[in-house]
Amino acid sequence: MNSILRNAWRVAFLLFISTFLFGGNPLKYAKPKLSDYGFFKGRMEDHRPVNGVIPYDVSAQLFSDYALKSRFIVLPKGHQLTYKDDGSFGFPLESILIKTFNYPADLRKPKENIRLMETRLLIHTPEGWMGFPYVWNAEQTDAFLEIAGERLDASFVNFSGEPENLIYSVPNFNQCKGCHVNQNKMVPIGPKVRLLNHDFDYENGTMNQLKKWSELDMIEELPPLTELPHTPDYDDPNDGSVAERARAWIDINCAHCHRLGAPGETSGLFLNIEETNSTKLGVLKPPIAAGRGSGDLSHTIVPGHPDESIMVYRMESTDPGIMMPELGRKLVHKEGVDLVKQWIKEMRP
Amino acid sequence: MEKPKPIFALLLLLNVLFASIEKDLQTQFILAAPGDTITVPEGIHPILGTLSIEGKHDLVIRGAGMDKSILNYANQDEGAQGISITNSQNITLENFTVQDSKGDAIKAQYVENIIFRYVKAEWTGGPKATNGAYGLYPVQCENVLIEHSVSIGASDAGLYVGQSNNIVVRYNTAYDNVAGIEIENSNNAKVYENHAYNNTGGILVFDLPDLVQKKGGNVHVFSNLIEHNNLFNFAPPGNIVGKVLPGTGILILACSDVHIYQNTIRNNKSVGTGVVSYFMTEEAIKDSLYNPYTADVHIYNNEFERWPGFPTLDYDVGKLLAVKYGRNTPDIIYDGMQDPENTHGLCIQDNEDARFTDLDIENNFEEWYSPFLSNFSEDMSPHDCGMKHRMVSTTKQ
Repeated sequence: MNSILRNAWRVAFLLFISTFLFGGNPLKYAKPKLSDYGFFKGRMEDHRPVNGVIPYDVSAQLFSDYALKSRFIVLPKGHQLTYKDDGSFGFPLESILIKTFNYPADLRKPKENIRLMETRLLIHTPEGWMGFPYVWNAEQTDAFLEIAGERLDASFVNFSGEPENLIYSVPNFNQCKGCHVNQNKMVPIGPKVRLLNHDFDYENGTMNQLKKWSELDMIEELPPLTELPHTPDYDDPNDGSVAERARAWIDINCAHCHRLGAPGETSGLFLNIEETNSTKLGVLKPPIAAGRGSGDLSHTIVPGHPDESIMVYRMESTDPGIMMPELGRKLVHKEGVDLVKQWIKEMRP
Repeated sequence: MEKPKPIFALLLLLNVLFASIEKDLQTQFILAAPGDTITVPEGIHPILGTLSIEGKHDLVIRGAGMDKSILNYANQDEGAQGISITNSQNITLENFTVQDSKGDAIKAQYVENIIFRYVKAEWTGGPKATNGAYGLYPVQCENVLIEHSVSIGASDAGLYVGQSNNIVVRYNTAYDNVAGIEIENSNNAKVYENHAYNNTGGILVFDLPDLVQKKGGNVHVFSNLIEHNNLFNFAPPGNIVGKVLPGTGILILACSDVHIYQNTIRNNKSVGTGVVSYFMTEEAIKDSLYNPYTADVHIYNNEFERWPGFPTLDYDVGKLLAVKYGRNTPDIIYDGMQDPENTHGLCIQDNEDARFTDLDIENNFEEWYSPFLSNFSEDMSPHDCGMKHRMVSTTKQ
């Protein structure tokens, strides 16, 4: 009797807590564990997708402290993406984008000794897109929802063979929207035509991703591939000029905020790949609200002079009050900095 | 074997407790339902990353008092703000302090109806270029109220409202900032009964180019006490506010429809009240939609007072004033750049003990750094527009 009473209390307490915590809030769209969704077969950590969970990658990647990423898209059965003229897609409700972040022990051997850090889900709910971070357990058997984010110790050996240690930040629910925002609405960033328009190694062979998605009937009315743009892979010197690759790096790392309709618009600095106005791109543009982010420099970009350009200064900083992007970075992306420096150096005044 | 030192155990315990307060507050901010009040507990709470409120409505964040509930960001390693509030409606912040954030203390963007009440933003190490830029920082907001609040040590502006509409800033105190209070590219602002002292510049009203909200107007600055704003300019170079002369009471830059009245403006050593165009910044203007002139600026019924003393010698304009006027710099300084497309000019009336100079930079532009060649006009009478200005009475709540 006593124990029943105790259990009843426990249940009542849990009910009370969960109504208090979960009543009418975003958690109703998320499951507590990654395994609850059934995306993968076999061992969770192997990420072997079940039917309908399609792997993909993007040609230019957001730098996330050198973490490697694997991506998957899930569309609800019988529904398709709709192509939009601006090169983005309309997503049916219940679409899910999956992105897992991992560190190999040594970046030079990216497939060995992998530690999964977190998996972020972007779920298209009736209330709009929502981002949910799942943190992998130490045993690497499953990942668990951490709505307020998490800090994890991480270490790896970098491309130069030196050890790197950092406190890796898993973003909280709100921070997801800090980047994934347009006109106050949350939006996906990666799955755009120009970032998908390249080959991917599928289990049964290599194929252009857009072609594959069309074959799988995932897209309604896609224009011919030859008419669609391609963002260069900024790491690949054979995939575009220095300027094109630098603009690709800046687009994917900066333009989610620095674009009309996104939080960075207050600065008047617009860095999306479509921008053609050189002042809006930062050329000889004085800062507006940079504070000490200006680094005693007068302009965002000074053609020919990367070291006098605020853009480079902020990319090279790891001080939270100075660095750009503001979130998701504890380390400097040396290769990205070099590329942007070279672009500014070669820029004619 | 050595006994474990209790201090380590204590530190560890504190660490765990603090970490949980940060996570706890962030979780509450994420899960808050409309109508909720979230409590900032009493005590000094170290916070390591930006706390964010996103897409919420009808929320109150309340502490136990400005000096009781303190969020301390001295060890912040992530995020460019102390607190960030975005895409929200009806948000009230009250009775707490944000201390030593690495960037801005509290930034609110795309918020409709935001209230800051008895909120303090401070940098405790004194005025330094390494302090964050803005204290309380609503930008692109509608209906902003900042009252009974305090900002200390911001390396740009303490209480800053930018690209917003319908604004009341009242009963606040701002000191040790570069700019005490600033209204930038904003419409329908009332700034009254504030005390701005010991800043580089007391109250600034600016319109800047290349911004999304192009133009401000209908800005009323009245019944403020603006004194001893003689602090060195510690804004990081490259920032527009770095051009503000130490010793500035009020500065109106490239704005129109601005009304300055019933203020007490005293002992600001360089410029009691300045009315200048964007040309004074000597920055190139590349924004074709931008109007760099001032127009329709009214300065009346203010009380000016100034100790004899030299203006700042750190800036060219300061040196010019020093050579020309010695220890008796005029109170109201105008660059003479009236908007040619606006018939309403600068109107100056009934200011107690006010002295005036028009730098006329258009005609003196080549040689205006030379006080001997330049022709300045100290005659205020062309600016008496003969308007009957209504006196406003205010009562402090």
